[in-house]
Amino acid sequence: MEKELKMKELRVYAEEIRVKTLEVFSHLGFGHVGGAMSVVETVAVLYGSMMRYDPKNPAWPDRDKLVMSKGHAGPTLYATLAMKGFFPEAMLRELNQGGGRLPSHCDRNKTPGIDMTTGSLGQGISAAIGIALGDRMDGRDSMTYAILGDGELDEGQNWEGFMFANHYKLSNLVVFVDANGQQLDGYTKDVMDTDSISEKIKAFGWLTYDIDGHDIAQIYDAVAAAKAQNEKPTAIVLRTKKGHGCTFAEGILSNHHINFTAEQMEEALSHARAVLAEAKNM
Amino acid sequence: MFKVLNTIEKSPVLMRDAYCNTLMDMAKTNKNIVALDADLVSSSGMKNFFKAYPDRAIQCGIAEANMIGIAAGLSLTGKVPFAHSFGTFASRRVADQIFISASYAKANVRIIGSDPGVTAAYNGGTHMPFEDMAMLRAIPEITLLEPADPVALEDIVRQLADVWGVYYIRMARKNVMGIYEQGSTFEIGKGNMLRNGTDVTIIASGIMVAEALKAADILAELGVSARVVDMFTWKPLDEELVARCAEDTGAIVTAENHNTVGGLGGAVAEAVVKSVPCPIEMIGSQDQFGQVGTEAYLRQAYNLTADAIVEAAKKAIERK
Repeated sequence: MEKELKMKELRVYAEEIRVKTLEVFSHLGFGHVGGAMSVVETVAVLYGSMMRYDPKNPAWPDRDKLVMSKGHAGPTLYATLAMKGFFPEAMLRELNQGGGRLPSHCDRNKTPGIDMTTGSLGQGISAAIGIALGDRMDGRDSMTYAILGDGELDEGQNWEGFMFANHYKLSNLVVFVDANGQQLDGYTKDVMDTDSISEKIKAFGWLTYDIDGHDIAQIYDAVAAAKAQNEKPTAIVLRTKKGHGCTFAEGILSNHHINFTAEQMEEALSHARAVLAEAKNM
Repeated sequence: MFKVLNTIEKSPVLMRDAYCNTLMDMAKTNKNIVALDADLVSSSGMKNFFKAYPDRAIQCGIAEANMIGIAAGLSLTGKVPFAHSFGTFASRRVADQIFISASYAKANVRIIGSDPGVTAAYNGGTHMPFEDMAMLRAIPEITLLEPADPVALEDIVRQLADVWGVYYIRMARKNVMGIYEQGSTFEIGKGNMLRNGTDVTIIASGIMVAEALKAADILAELGVSARVVDMFTWKPLDEELVARCAEDTGAIVTAENHNTVGGLGGAVAEAVVKSVPCPIEMIGSQDQFGQVGTEAYLRQAYNLTADAIVEAAKKAIERK
């Protein structure tokens, strides 16, 4: 019962993040909407429940850390961090503005609460490994999370990381792969087939979960299982839809970086708000 | 403060031993010192460190990109990582990791690129970095260092415990000529004037410092007064000193175990044209690939000799 309540709360929270993320994009008329939508539920589970952090002290050494390796999903994080009080919500207007603190890709030196600068794909996993290793060396019980894209797995550096983290048994590391099946030039199966992702990572020695990435309870259970053991790093492959929950982005092929009209955004926002209301009433 | 040895001869201490011993000494009192390597522990001379501090020594396997990213991540938890590979793999292979995960992210990373230029000798062209400093020089805020001998190396490595930023040290691994007396200290970002002179300035780095001193002796016999500068910091370059040398001597020879394109020659030329324009001759690889051979053979092949510096000095003076 208690867990059911928790799941409901997280579902509501996820829809709040989705609405807020769309609002962050809304004044621009363009953005990396597809990949920002597909990670919403994962970010909700992390910041709504699983991660330990202090918005007033973003550099707290004992916090859990998140490396958003698919750095173009920054806006989802910005919305989440603002809602949690890492910075004022008014700052969300700075997305992609010259001199602003919210660049299109995550930058740890510009945005409070962003733990690592990312955007050059393939590099986040290594930074996350370094953070997890440093925490372990100093005896901190912090977890480090990284969110990778499935297209990003084209980069060989990821596989160096998978090999390393298993060799050093970094059980305080959880890597999510947002398997939305699409990358900039099309479907991953056509651009560069990353088929059988969880089997591949499992073959590198990791604990793996292959789950519905929009199902809050499945994400929650997988992270809980990762945290409950101290033997291996964990990979959670999230089966997601690029653009999930955004009416003008979901289900179309070219939704990596997308232009939208004010009307399209209005429609997307009313839809997302309706879903949020529904989640609250469930 | 530094003092130049009276006699320039082979240092009895290998560069890699000086590196390892210094890091081990630092690690005694600084628990945050971490060493990383990419399957070259035996080559970098770090075996003793790896044995003495297994919890702070990280074997990354032959995966340099991952190693640099891990070093960046470690630094965000307060560690002070020193990551080593051969200069080729510690620079051009991981240029984007150094650029984004280390420099742009403002992480705190030290990278040791060993076997610079002709010191790669028998490993040949694939392993002969003539371009490492040039490639990294275009990264904002990075510091590029090439200590000439074990005394300089030790002092510089010690300084890197307490500063924040990305530092690349270009390090010969084996015997080099000893230049400095024990106990000499070095200010990062400042060149050392080893010998004063009025007709020409030789600005050298690394293994070319000893050649520059030898060239100055030969020039003195010819009645030419040559100033010698050890420019062990390539970036940020001591532009003030370069301008002063241009002003005082009116001619410059650069001497580097590296490509002059984008290298020390290029850097000095940029500083000179911005301040006191004067003739510059550049000794170094003239935009050539490396090749296999003994170090002695390669020094001749790329003109990395005192005699070549002497000829270049004459030419530079003629062009005044």
